[in-house]
Amino acid sequence: MNLLSTPSQTAGPYFHLGLTAKHSVTKIAGPKAKGERLRILFRVLDGNNEPVPDAMIEIWQADAEGKYRHPDDPQGKMEDPEFFGFGRLATDQNGICIFETIKPGFVPADDELSVQASHLNVSIFGRGILKRLATRLYFAEDLANDADPVLALVPDERRYTLFAQRVAEGECDWVLDIHLSGKDETVFFDV
Amino acid sequence: MFGDQAIAETDSDLTRQHACEPLGERIIVSGRVLDDRGRAVSNTLIEIWQANAAGRYSHSNDQHPAPIDPNFTGCGRTLTDASGNYKFVTIKPGAYPWLNHFNGWRPAHIHFSLFGRAFATRLITQMYFPGDPLFAYDPVFQSVPDESARQRLIANLDLEKTKPEWALGYRFDIVLRGRESTPFETT
Repeated sequence: MNLLSTPSQTAGPYFHLGLTAKHSVTKIAGPKAKGERLRILFRVLDGNNEPVPDAMIEIWQADAEGKYRHPDDPQGKMEDPEFFGFGRLATDQNGICIFETIKPGFVPADDELSVQASHLNVSIFGRGILKRLATRLYFAEDLANDADPVLALVPDERRYTLFAQRVAEGECDWVLDIHLSGKDETVFFDV
Repeated sequence: MFGDQAIAETDSDLTRQHACEPLGERIIVSGRVLDDRGRAVSNTLIEIWQANAAGRYSHSNDQHPAPIDPNFTGCGRTLTDASGNYKFVTIKPGAYPWLNHFNGWRPAHIHFSLFGRAFATRLITQMYFPGDPLFAYDPVFQSVPDESARQRLIANLDLEKTKPEWALGYRFDIVLRGRESTPFETT
C-alpha cells in the first residue's frame, strides 16, 4: 500500500504560539554530555539581506561519538545519557538564534564505507516558507569536510553556504548565515 | 526523542486550559497518523495552534480587531497512541483577514506540526474544514498545486466521533513520508 502523503503548509507568522513560546527546545546536550561545547549562532536573512525576525530553526545532530539519540540508529555504540540532539528556537528581531550544544562526531555514511564530517541537520520554517527548508551546518576548515559524501554532492562554488565560521570571542563560537534567497542562497537539500 | 515531551492531560483539550470555557463551537478533532505504507506512526508528538472563534490569535503580532478570548490560548499538544491515533478537543477557529493581498481572508484552519520517526518525516501543515467557501481565494491553500493533494488537507465531518449533545467530530488523518528514511539520510 502506498498512501499519498499530507502536503506541507507554511508555519505562518504565529507559530510561536504552538511551538516556541512555551516549547522551545534548548536542552540539546546536558551539562555533563561528552564533547566540545559550542555556541552556534544562526542568522536568517531574506533575499535583500534583511534579517527575518519570525523564522524558526530546528537542529538535529549526533553526539560526540557520532551516534543519534534515536532507536533507529543501527550503530552499536553506547548512548550518552546526557545527550539529546534536538533543538528548536525562533529567531529574534535581528533574525538570530543561538544554540548551545556539543560538536557532533563522525556519522557513518549511508554506504557504510565512508564517514560524514561533523554536521548538524538544520530545518528552517516561517512565514512564506511553504515547505520546511532543510540544510546542513558543517564547520569551516574541518579536515573531514573534504571526504564528506554529502558535501561532495554540492557544487564546489556553493559549499561555502554550509560552512559555519569560527568567531574569536563574543556570544557565540560559530556563526552561520542562512540566506533564504539571493546570490548567496543557502544550499537546501531535497529530503 | 525530540525534546521534552511531558504532556499534561489539558494539553490536548484546548477548552480546559483556563478558568472558564472559551466561546465558540466546541469540536473534537481526531485521526490517525500513518506512514506512506499505511503503518501507524505511534508515540509521535503532534502540536497544534489556531485562532479563536472570532479569528484572532493569542499572539502579540496579530492586530486583527476581533476580540481576544481570555479563556482560549489556542495551543495544544499530544502523542499518538500505539495505533497512531490522536485526539484534540478545541473550538472551531474563525476565518480572519490578512494583508497578503486586497481583501484577503484565510479560511478557518488549525496548524499541525508532526515529527514522525526521522528527520525526513518532519511536517508542518494546516487542517481545513469541509466546504469552506474561501478555499478558492486562499493562496496558502492553493499553494498546493494538485487538487487531490489539497483535498488531503481538509478534515471530514465524523459523526462517529461526534459526542451527541456536546461537540461535533472532525476526522483528519495525516500521512507522513516513509520511515525507511533513517535519521541520517538527508540527501
